[in-house]
Amino acid sequence: MLVMEIYAFILLSLLAIATSIGTVLNRSAVNSALFMVLHLLTLAGLYLLLRAQFLAIIQVIVYAGAIMVLFLFVIMLLNVEEEENIIKNTRFGFIGAFMVGALLLGQVVYSLLGLAGFLPELSGQAEAIGTVEAIGDVMFTDYLLPLQVTAILLTSAVVGAMMIAEFTHADGTPQDVIEHAPEDRVEEGGA
Amino acid sequence: MMSYIVLGVSVALLVSSAAIAVYAERRIAGAIQNRYGPNRVGPLGLFQPVADVIKLILKEDVTPSAGYRFLHTIAPIIPVATAIMTVAVIPFGDGLYVSDMNASVLYLLAIASLGVYGITIAGWASNSKYSLLGGLRASAQMISYELPLGMAVASCLLFAGSLNILDVAASQETWWNIIRNPLGGIIFIISAFAESKRTPFDLVEAEQELVGGFHTEYSSMKFGMFFLAEYMHVVINSMLITTFFFGSYHLPFAGAWLPELSEPLKMALDVSVFLAKTSFFVFFFIWVRWTIGRFTFKQVMDLGWSKLLPLSIINFVVIASVLYFLHNGLS
Repeated sequence: MLVMEIYAFILLSLLAIATSIGTVLNRSAVNSALFMVLHLLTLAGLYLLLRAQFLAIIQVIVYAGAIMVLFLFVIMLLNVEEEENIIKNTRFGFIGAFMVGALLLGQVVYSLLGLAGFLPELSGQAEAIGTVEAIGDVMFTDYLLPLQVTAILLTSAVVGAMMIAEFTHADGTPQDVIEHAPEDRVEEGGA
Repeated sequence: MMSYIVLGVSVALLVSSAAIAVYAERRIAGAIQNRYGPNRVGPLGLFQPVADVIKLILKEDVTPSAGYRFLHTIAPIIPVATAIMTVAVIPFGDGLYVSDMNASVLYLLAIASLGVYGITIAGWASNSKYSLLGGLRASAQMISYELPLGMAVASCLLFAGSLNILDVAASQETWWNIIRNPLGGIIFIISAFAESKRTPFDLVEAEQELVGGFHTEYSSMKFGMFFLAEYMHVVINSMLITTFFFGSYHLPFAGAWLPELSEPLKMALDVSVFLAKTSFFVFFFIWVRWTIGRFTFKQVMDLGWSKLLPLSIINFVVIASVLYFLHNGLS
C-alpha cells in the first residue's frame, strides 16, 4: 500500500509540475487554461493522498468545474489568439524554464528518497481531519467569524463587479455608448 | 467481490442502455408523431442500433484541417468517461453498490461539473463558428444549472443527515423525498434536463440555428461517442432522479408494509424496482423531448438564475429551519 502511495505521489507531483510548466509556457491561451485544469485535477489527487477527501472534491467542483470553465468561456469568447509572449522568440526563456523544472524535479526526487525510508504513518487523527464532518464542525464553530467575513467580502466583490459592469451615465445611457459617440459623429459628418 | 460484480454489470448495462435508449427514443417519437419509426432491421426494428453503430464505424473520420487535432480527438472521450465514472457511487439495491464513499454526493457533483469540458473543447477545437457557439452555450447553461441542482440535492441531504448517497437512499424507505420535498424534486428534474442538454434545453445543438452545435464538425465514431454520451447522461440522470427523489430502490412506503425478505429475493426486488423507475424516467426524458418546444437562450438563463436558484435557496432554508425546530422544539 505504501509503495502504491509513493508511486502515486511521484506520478501526481511530476504531472502537477509538468502541467504548471505547460500553463506558463503555452502560447495559446486556451491550451494554457486546459493545462491549468489538469494541474488542478492533479492537485486534487495530491489532496486525496493526504486523506483530505473533502478538500479534494471541493477543489474539483470549485476550481476545475466552475472557475476554470468560466476562464475558458471568456478566453474562447474573446478569441485570444497566439498572445505575444515575452519568451516567444527567446531561447533564454526555455532554458530558464528547463532549469527551474529540473531543479523542481531534483527536489521532488530528493525529498522522495528521504521520505521512502521513514515515511510517517498517517495516524487516525490525521485521517479524521479530512472528513466532511470534521471540517464542517470546525468551520461552523471555531472559525465562524472568518467564514462569515470571507462570505461578506466575496459578496461585496461580486456586487462591486456588477456595479462597474452595469454603470450608466446620469441620462441613462451605458458608459461605452457615450465614449464612442463623438467619433461616430465625426465620421458621419465627413461622409 | 460483490462490488466488482456490480461494477461490471452496471457499466455493461449503462453502455448497452444507451443503445436501447436510442431505439426507444425513435420508436416513442414515432408513436407520438403518429408514424412507425425504425421497423425494418430485425423484428420490430430491434437491430437498428446495431446497424447504426456499424454505419458509424465504417464512416470516414474527418478532422477539420484548420482545427486542433489533439483536442478534437480527446473531446468526445470526456463526456463518456464522466458518465461511466458516475456509476461508481450509485446504489442499485440494499448493499449493491460499487464503492462506499464518505462524500459520494459531492463526488457526483464534481464529476458532473467536469463533463462540460468535453463539449466546450469540442466546440473550440473544431474551429467553426457553429461549433464554438454551441460549446459556449453549453458551458454557460451547465454552469448556471449546476447551482439549483446542487441546492436541490442539498435539501435532500438534510433528511438523510449525511453526504453519503447510500444514506440518502436508505433514508427514503418509508417517505420518498419527492413527498417530503416536492419543490426540490421539481427543481432537480428541471436542472437534470438542462444538465443533460435535452429539450427544452437543447439549444446547444439547435439545428435551425447552429447546424449541429458543438458536434457539427464531428463524424464517424467520434460523433458516435457524443451520441453515446448524450444517451448515457439521460440514463445516469434518470438514475439520479430516482435515487435522490423517488425512493431509490424502495417501493412506495416500503418501510410501512414490506415484510422481511430473504436476501436473494430482496436483492432481485431492489434491482428490478430501481431499473423500473429508471426506465420510467428515461421514457419521461423522451416524452418531454417530443412534447415541448425549445426555449430561447435568454429564457434558459432567466429560468436558471432568477427563478430556479432563488427558489432552491428558499426551499433549502425553509426545510432546514423546519427540520431544526422539529428536532429541537421552539425554545
